[in-house]
Amino acid sequence: MFSIKELKRAFLTSLWFMFLTFPLLVMKVNTITDTVIWRWMNLLYVGVGSFFLSILWKYLLERRDRKGSSTSRNPLTEKISKYMEKKNDRYSSMAVLILIVLLYPFIMSMYQTSILTTALMYVVLGLGLNIVVGFGGLLHLGYAAFYAVGAYTYGLLFYHFGLGFWVCLPLGAILSALFGIILGFPILRLRGDYLAIVTLAFGQMVRLILENWNDFSFGPSGIANIPRPDFFGKELNLAQVTNFTYFIAIGLTILTIFVIRRMESSKMGRAWEAMREDEIACQSMGIDIARAKLTAFSMGALWAGIMGVLFAAKTTFINPASFTTWESIVILCIVVIGGMGSIPGVIVGALLFILTPEYLRAFSQYRMLIFGIALVLMMIFRPGGIIPKVRKSYKFAADKNKSQEGEA
Amino acid sequence: MNFEYFFALLLGGLTRGSIYALIALGYTMVYGIIKLINFAHGEIYMIGAFTALIIGGALSFTGMNPVLIFVIASIAAIIYSAAYGVTLEKLAYRPLRNAPRLSALISAIGMSIFFQNYVLLAQTSDFLPFPTLLPRLKILALIEHLISTTQLLILISTAVVMILLTLLIQFTKMGKSMRATSQDKQMAQLVGINVDNVISMTFLIGSATAALGGVLISSHTGQINFYIGFIAGIKAFVAAVLGGIGSVPGAVLGSFILGLTESFGTGYISSDYEDAFAFIILILILIFKPSGLLGRKENEKV
Repeated sequence: MFSIKELKRAFLTSLWFMFLTFPLLVMKVNTITDTVIWRWMNLLYVGVGSFFLSILWKYLLERRDRKGSSTSRNPLTEKISKYMEKKNDRYSSMAVLILIVLLYPFIMSMYQTSILTTALMYVVLGLGLNIVVGFGGLLHLGYAAFYAVGAYTYGLLFYHFGLGFWVCLPLGAILSALFGIILGFPILRLRGDYLAIVTLAFGQMVRLILENWNDFSFGPSGIANIPRPDFFGKELNLAQVTNFTYFIAIGLTILTIFVIRRMESSKMGRAWEAMREDEIACQSMGIDIARAKLTAFSMGALWAGIMGVLFAAKTTFINPASFTTWESIVILCIVVIGGMGSIPGVIVGALLFILTPEYLRAFSQYRMLIFGIALVLMMIFRPGGIIPKVRKSYKFAADKNKSQEGEA
Repeated sequence: MNFEYFFALLLGGLTRGSIYALIALGYTMVYGIIKLINFAHGEIYMIGAFTALIIGGALSFTGMNPVLIFVIASIAAIIYSAAYGVTLEKLAYRPLRNAPRLSALISAIGMSIFFQNYVLLAQTSDFLPFPTLLPRLKILALIEHLISTTQLLILISTAVVMILLTLLIQFTKMGKSMRATSQDKQMAQLVGINVDNVISMTFLIGSATAALGGVLISSHTGQINFYIGFIAGIKAFVAAVLGGIGSVPGAVLGSFILGLTESFGTGYISSDYEDAFAFIILILILIFKPSGLLGRKENEKV
């Protein structure tokens, strides 16, 4: 199966990687005791590992080039879309899902409920960023800034004016959307790489301001004792409030999915999609690019603002450390690995990303390392993500009674 | 106005600018040829600094001559960074050469995250002290309070690298192939230039200069950690954009402008917002002159 030549190649690759990783993985300098710790086992792992991985890598690359990189003939996607077409099955599975979701906090412990709430928040954040990145094709690396706007809106309005959660929820959303427009203006002319770096800079600036403008944001110490959500003015105990937050998260997730699905097939949604495919061609078709970009940014930011308010209410404490570039990149990973532009993909991506490290504690240390590799591998072998976006296509059904609008 | 303070800021700005220039070269050369922001470039610089720290640290326990150790550590850092740069291109960017630009960019971000965490897990997340290897020069005794050995070394080596690079690009066959490839990749291939080799070479040179920057600045500031590449990378990129991305003299000019702005900004305005100056410059330049100071305007075709 493997020729001698290929084995030799793999052997050379493994030697190369042993050389590359030698100083960083094998040696560890201790400047206090003036000793070097040698970790020779790591070298062995790298050598053996890269030998087999290089064979696998070559095989996968060849397979990709043979097949071509079309994502439409994907077995998983096909199965899902076939399944979704059967209405009865869809409704019964939906009913089961809703039942599980409703009963979850009463069956599971408070800790489990809290984790799932966090995961749901990331679902919404992912869906929000998906508007910008997935629909609009605008790479956004400062999304956590809008999350911060929402959280600080609630934190500061509570601190200064004593406003409650339910008042701040829409206010946070509106302010965040406004910030999206403010960010949108200077970057109307930018695209692709430049846009990525400017949004990154924007995210950093927001964090810098929150960290250094002490009179405004209380600096790195943040704002503590933010109240949890109240139930029509009634105070709840901790267990109740955890469940209540969970149901708020569920409600907001359903709302998000509903609204974004509508947005996607609206005139604006189609403008975004056209903009993603080709900006110049789209402009020459008479679509107002500036408007499309601004709405994409503000609509994406809106959900981050809402989640920011929920985050502040859930953790009762906020400081700038929660809104770093890492946060933005984690949300970007969710969108990219789940499937850019695909709503089910983003949901699966968020649940996978947030729940796996929680349940596999040993793995959580390597979380970001694996995210990094996953991003690269996804782009090379499966650019559409775990569940790629299914394009709407209209089949011409001459031999059937009515024309069918199928998703294939 | 206090002259000494002004001079210290000026020199600090030039030093910063030199380091940014060494990193920005990699960005601008790679962008010039494959039109990709190599997001992982800052991490290559960080890996260079770490390699120098490890090799230099290990050797310093043997009691060798410190200057010799510094030279060996720098060469090791340059070799390793160049090796990482070339491998990075081969694994993460080459398979995506015909893919949409967004894919390559996301792959670059993935590699950046990977490298940071690789160093974090293999070494430590703490700040590590960089060994003091360079002695105080006797000739500098008179003006020692104005300029340090490392600062002088940074300024001189940056100048040398710039001259060598200009010669390489202008007068060698490799330089000619590079210029041709950045003009038109397909046409370069038709006239018999091995584009793959040219791209690898670009990554090699860019990574090597970044590593040099990493070693020099770490021995100047005296400490490093796994995160230094991220901010330095962004700033060097800003410098490259400011000068006009794709243009080598532009990158150098942009780096010095940025370095001086930061130095005087932190000196006379506020040190809290040290990192913000770069971002403000970036946003301004992208609004008013997106092609940069020395860049040429490109017309995009559909």
